[in-house]
Amino acid sequence: MADPGPGPALIELRGVSKIYGAGAAEVRALANVDLRIEAGEFVAIMGPSGSGKSTVMNIIGALDTPTSGTFLFEGVDMTALSRNQLALVRRSFLGFVFQGFNLLARTPAIENVELPLVYRGMVAAERRAIASKALARVGLAGREQHTSSELSGGQQQRVAIARAIVTDPAVLLADEPTGNLDTATSREIMDLVTSLNVDQGITVVMVTHENDIAAYARRIVRFVDGRIESDVANTRAA
Amino acid sequence: MFFEQLRLALQAIMRNRLRSLLTVLGIVIGVGAVIAMVTIGNGTTARVTADLARLGSNVLFVSPGQFGPGRASADAKPFTLRDVDAMRSQLASVKAVAPLSQKSQTIVYGAQSRTVSISGTDNAYFVAQAWALQQGRFYYDSEVRGGLPVCIIGQTVRKELFGSSDPISRRIRIGSIACETIGVLEAKGQSSFGSDQDDTVVMPIRTFQRRIAGNVDVGRIQVSANDGADTGLVQADIERLLRERRRISIGEEDDFSVRDMKQVAQAQTGTTSMLTGLLGAVAAVSLLVGGIGIMNIMLVSVTERTREIGIRLAIGALEHQVLTQFLVEAVVLSLFGGALGIAVGLALAAAATSALEVPLLIDLKIVILAFAFSAIVGIVFGYFPARRAARLNPIEALRHE
Repeated sequence: MADPGPGPALIELRGVSKIYGAGAAEVRALANVDLRIEAGEFVAIMGPSGSGKSTVMNIIGALDTPTSGTFLFEGVDMTALSRNQLALVRRSFLGFVFQGFNLLARTPAIENVELPLVYRGMVAAERRAIASKALARVGLAGREQHTSSELSGGQQQRVAIARAIVTDPAVLLADEPTGNLDTATSREIMDLVTSLNVDQGITVVMVTHENDIAAYARRIVRFVDGRIESDVANTRAA
Repeated sequence: MFFEQLRLALQAIMRNRLRSLLTVLGIVIGVGAVIAMVTIGNGTTARVTADLARLGSNVLFVSPGQFGPGRASADAKPFTLRDVDAMRSQLASVKAVAPLSQKSQTIVYGAQSRTVSISGTDNAYFVAQAWALQQGRFYYDSEVRGGLPVCIIGQTVRKELFGSSDPISRRIRIGSIACETIGVLEAKGQSSFGSDQDDTVVMPIRTFQRRIAGNVDVGRIQVSANDGADTGLVQADIERLLRERRRISIGEEDDFSVRDMKQVAQAQTGTTSMLTGLLGAVAAVSLLVGGIGIMNIMLVSVTERTREIGIRLAIGALEHQVLTQFLVEAVVLSLFGGALGIAVGLALAAAATSALEVPLLIDLKIVILAFAFSAIVGIVFGYFPARRAARLNPIEALRHE
């Protein structure tokens, strides 16, 4: 576990609870969770399904807001933000990688990677150049015009990672990034994610339920029943 | 950014070509119907107006009996040639007074036969109708007085009976008589009531009375006033003269009617434009239905693309950007449908106007209006699905299968 340094952490959850439903159907997904993640960390969030790991990911990802408690991003309270303000936080600071890749169908790789830049209003020539560079960073130079159906699962996930990092986000959020991939390909993807963390200093927060995938992270946080069960540094990590 | 939205919308449309086409079908039909109806209606109105101008606004039709609800014209006393003579000698500022009796009859030439409209009249008829000869001659006075079997034929009759051979001096069998063709009229085309005016044989009124009708009646009298003459005054003169001749006492109603061709044509124009409006309204309803079709498909599209919307929201699309994207998509779709509808409508109108022999008058106002209306349909019916897309919860949208 990283020591709480001076000044605000990159991500800080203070007493965060999340309750779905109401009355008898009430489900407490998170119960009074405190979590601090510093810039440059590589954190794996683990736990069985229903443990609250996806909920914490959604809150960190500014996709969801806590029922109670505070979520601070670089010391700024995100709790009270509107939908639109959360979208602005996502586009400015966060990059998402999903289990199902979630690329746009029948769309060339380069256009998938360009999409976040399109929404930022960047002109075509500039964003094409930046997107090409991002594809090269994930080892897919020369595959710009391939559509999802023409790429393997691992290549699709690389496109998704390129799309997540094309905006130079502070945090890369990965939700089961290798869930749909075989072991060899999973290893390639995890090597790529690790190098983004180590070489380029991108903070990585990853949800996974596989131990060998979590082993790539330098810190492992385990959730059980909406609470943090353990939070340990992973000394085996490269 | 707007250009980007347009590009995204076009992409989405092109990736679902068949669905897009089916979506806009309602708009295509609606706009097409509006354009076709209005264009055909305008052409017909213009045609009636042109007919009126050609006929001269100074033509009066005199018929026995009264027209209108509750008035029988059958038992009214018919006119005779003496009435025509009296009008010729007593009416001032009149160019031509022509008797006209008509009957439909089968005519035969060689192996060809055809049922046409037979008219009995005299040379004044051609003056009143401003109808010139293409070939041959008009009647000699002696032929008119003696009721000789001589005919002047219309273009359709010439074409159907004689083909490319010369009809002059040929004898056409009409009922019991063999009528010698002495002239061929110029083509006149369809009347504003839709009948072929060239499908006719014209013979002297006495010939018609004796050999075709078997009486001495004159069906109606066509009066052509001098240019610049007041048709109202001429009409009053005719009424006074005929009341006197038919011994109608003061206070009694006329047992004949005098109609100004201008009034007839105006009534016709009024009917046409009312029909145009009515058909246009029906077509506008189909535009509305088309709009609902667009909304339906856009809603399906939003549901189908929930996951895609989730991705877009997750990677930084703002609510208004997703809203704009779907709205632009709906508007592009409906504008595409509008453009297609304009093309279809104009093609239909072109085909119909050439079949009806009316001029093709494209009203740019209506074209622009229909196009603008389809854009509005897109915005109105696209807004609800687009808002639904923009308000999707990104987490649930991403989880959507």
